[in-house]
Order: sequence, then structure tokens, then C-alpha cells
Amino acid sequence: MASMRDIKRRKSSIQGTQQITKAMKLVSTVKLQRARANAERSKSYFDCMYNTVNSILSRVGHIEHKYLLPGKSPKKAVIVITSNRGLAGGYNSNVVKLITKNENWNQEDVVIYAIGNKGREALARSGYEIKEELPEVIEEPAYADAMQLSARLLAAFAADEIGEIYLAYTSFKNTVSHVPTLLKLLPVEMESTSEEQIHDGGAIMNFEPEDVEALDMIVPKYITSLIYGAMMEAVASENGARMQAMDNATSNAEEIISDLSLKYNRARQGSITQELTEIIAGAEALG
Amino acid sequence: MADKHFQLRIITPDRVFYEGDVEMVEFNTTEGQIGVLPGHIPMTVIIKPGILHIYEEDAEKNAALHSGFVEILQERVTILAEVIEWPDEIDATRAEEAKQRAEERLRSRTPETDIMRAETALLRAMARIEVLK
Repeated sequence: MASMRDIKRRKSSIQGTQQITKAMKLVSTVKLQRARANAERSKSYFDCMYNTVNSILSRVGHIEHKYLLPGKSPKKAVIVITSNRGLAGGYNSNVVKLITKNENWNQEDVVIYAIGNKGREALARSGYEIKEELPEVIEEPAYADAMQLSARLLAAFAADEIGEIYLAYTSFKNTVSHVPTLLKLLPVEMESTSEEQIHDGGAIMNFEPEDVEALDMIVPKYITSLIYGAMMEAVASENGARMQAMDNATSNAEEIISDLSLKYNRARQGSITQELTEIIAGAEALG
Repeated sequence: MADKHFQLRIITPDRVFYEGDVEMVEFNTTEGQIGVLPGHIPMTVIIKPGILHIYEEDAEKNAALHSGFVEILQERVTILAEVIEWPDEIDATRAEEAKQRAEERLRSRTPETDIMRAETALLRAMARIEVLK
């Protein structure tokens, strides 16, 4: 049996860890609330954007537009949104798995645009090509960052350096449910929403400039808003995941501490009993 | 068409910029300046940098609107603005500097000048300055 001193040392070390995890949990709870409010605010913009793009696309039908056709290059650009810091449970590794475990993709065809350090590290380790790394973006996502990134991606797409653009992030459903998601940005694919279209006032929407030109201008904005929305959700998910992980860690620590307290008390009782036995035995031997 | 007002919503990626009933709204699009009254035919237009005038029943508001697009329906107008500012959010000196920079770039035109970008920058700076007046 471990000595009393060992048990005591172990217990106080775990108590220290528990204090840290508890504090981290509180911090991420606060951050989560803020991130969630931000994500919800950006959602109304995104929803509106989605509906508009959808309605344009459902009207133009099957036209040959550069943003609707796959590019010539076999390369796939993937924007990977992870966090810069760990201790968030499976948050980062789940996003990375979306890429490494995807059987339809060849590793050589994938180029990574990494937002957040953890994903970049993991993917670089598995041998993926990292085209860009933007660790500071995820600390405080700004719309301007998303604009610049989408401009660079669209330029690469126009130059036939990449043929498809994907977005890997963690979508925020609610505080306890975060779903790692892989989203195809380009070429744009829409589910048909003809019913909604009819419902939408019944009037036919006009475009100025014409459809094709409007697509040229709106699709980049659409992609930017998707990237921005994904960043907002990812931040909320990250803090949610960390909050959960830290909550679990705190209660695990609690369990170990109570187990150790029991062991400690037993060891103390054992040593007292032993001492008593020794004293009594000594007294008997004298008498 | 019975109503003289329509609902205007201006949304940016990180906030709801404006929401209310208005009589008329004016802004600059790729096809030129337009004003929208209630009962307009449904239309989607793309924004060019310029001033946004909002005419409420008893007040008039201005803002500098730089990029985005507008969805016009008969009884509702939604502006999805990527960049938009109220006059009190604009830095006058910065706008003036930006205007001069852009003009300089357009004057000393070299093959590698991105004319489109310089022109947009100029328009943006002018919209900012204009809205402050």
C-alpha cells in the first residue's frame, strides 16, 4: 500500500489540476455566451444571403457559369477551421478526421488553408500540403479576414490552380451538440427550393444587372459569408467543446480525490492500529 | 400600394444596422442611382459605393454604403451590406487621405495599376466625405 505521504502528495496535485480545469470551464462558459451571441447575429445575414443566392440559382436553371461548373484542376482546396489551443476534447481531431478519413480524396489533391494551429499541425504531420496558415484569424474572426481569404481562393479558382473549394468546420447546433461539417463552397450546389420560390410573394424577381453578371458579383459575397459564418460557429463550438471537456475533467478529478481521501484515511487508520498493536505488544513484553 | 411606407432592413455580417418603416430609400447601384418607393417591382441590385438616404416619416438619415446587394420586394426592402457606416463612425481625415491616394493612383496610371480597385477606393472615399457634409 502506498504510504500516507505519497497519497497526500498525489491528492494535492490533483486538487491543483481540478482548480485549473474549473477555472478554464468558467472562462469558456463566458466566452461561449459571447461567441454564441455573435454567431446568432451573423446568422440572419447568412440566411438572407442563402435565400437570395438560392432564388437566383433556381431561376437561372442550368447555365454554364464558371462558379457552377467544377474547375479543370483536380486539386481541392479545403479551409480547415480549428482552434489554436487544445484541451477541448475531440473538437480539433474531429475536424481533422473529416479530411484524413475521407476515402474519396487523394492526399496529393488536397491543399489546406488552415485557420487555427491545431488543425494545421495535425494535417502537416499526416503529410498534407499546407498552402496558407492563418492562426490569428480564429482569435477574433473579422469579416475582412473572410473577405480576403475568399478573394484569394476565388483568384486561385479562376486561375485553375484549384478545381473545388471545401470548408471543414464544426457547426454549432446548441451548447452540447457540435457537429463537424464538411461543406462544398465551389462549384455552388443548391438543393432545389421551387416550392419556397412560389411561396415567396408569388412575384418574379428581376435582376439588375442580368442573372449571369449578378452571379459574378453575388457568389463571392456568398462564399465570404459562408466562411465568416463558419468561423463564428467554430468559435462557439470550440468554447462549448472546451466547456464540456473541462466539466468532465473537473468531475473526474472530484472522483479521484474522493477515492484518494478514502485511501488516505484507511492508510492513516492502518498506521494508528499498527502503532497501537506495537505499544500493546511492547507493554505485554515488559509486564 | 395603399400604404405609404415599407419595411427596410439593413443587415451586416455582425449586426442589424437598421430596421424600420420608411417612405423612401435611395442608394447607388451598379446601374446608377436609384430611389425605391413602396410597391416597387421585385428586384435584386448590386451596390456600388455611395450614400444611402433613408427617408422616414419625419426624419432623414444618411449612411455611407460601400458594398453588398439589395433585395427589393413590394412591401419590404432588405439591404445585405458588407460594409456600411453611419456618419459618426467615419474618420474624416482618413477618408480624405484615402481619396487623395486613390486620385494619385488614377492620375499616375501605370500598367500595373489596378484601375478597378483604385476607382472603387475613390468612390468609397467620396461617399464617406459626402455623407459627412
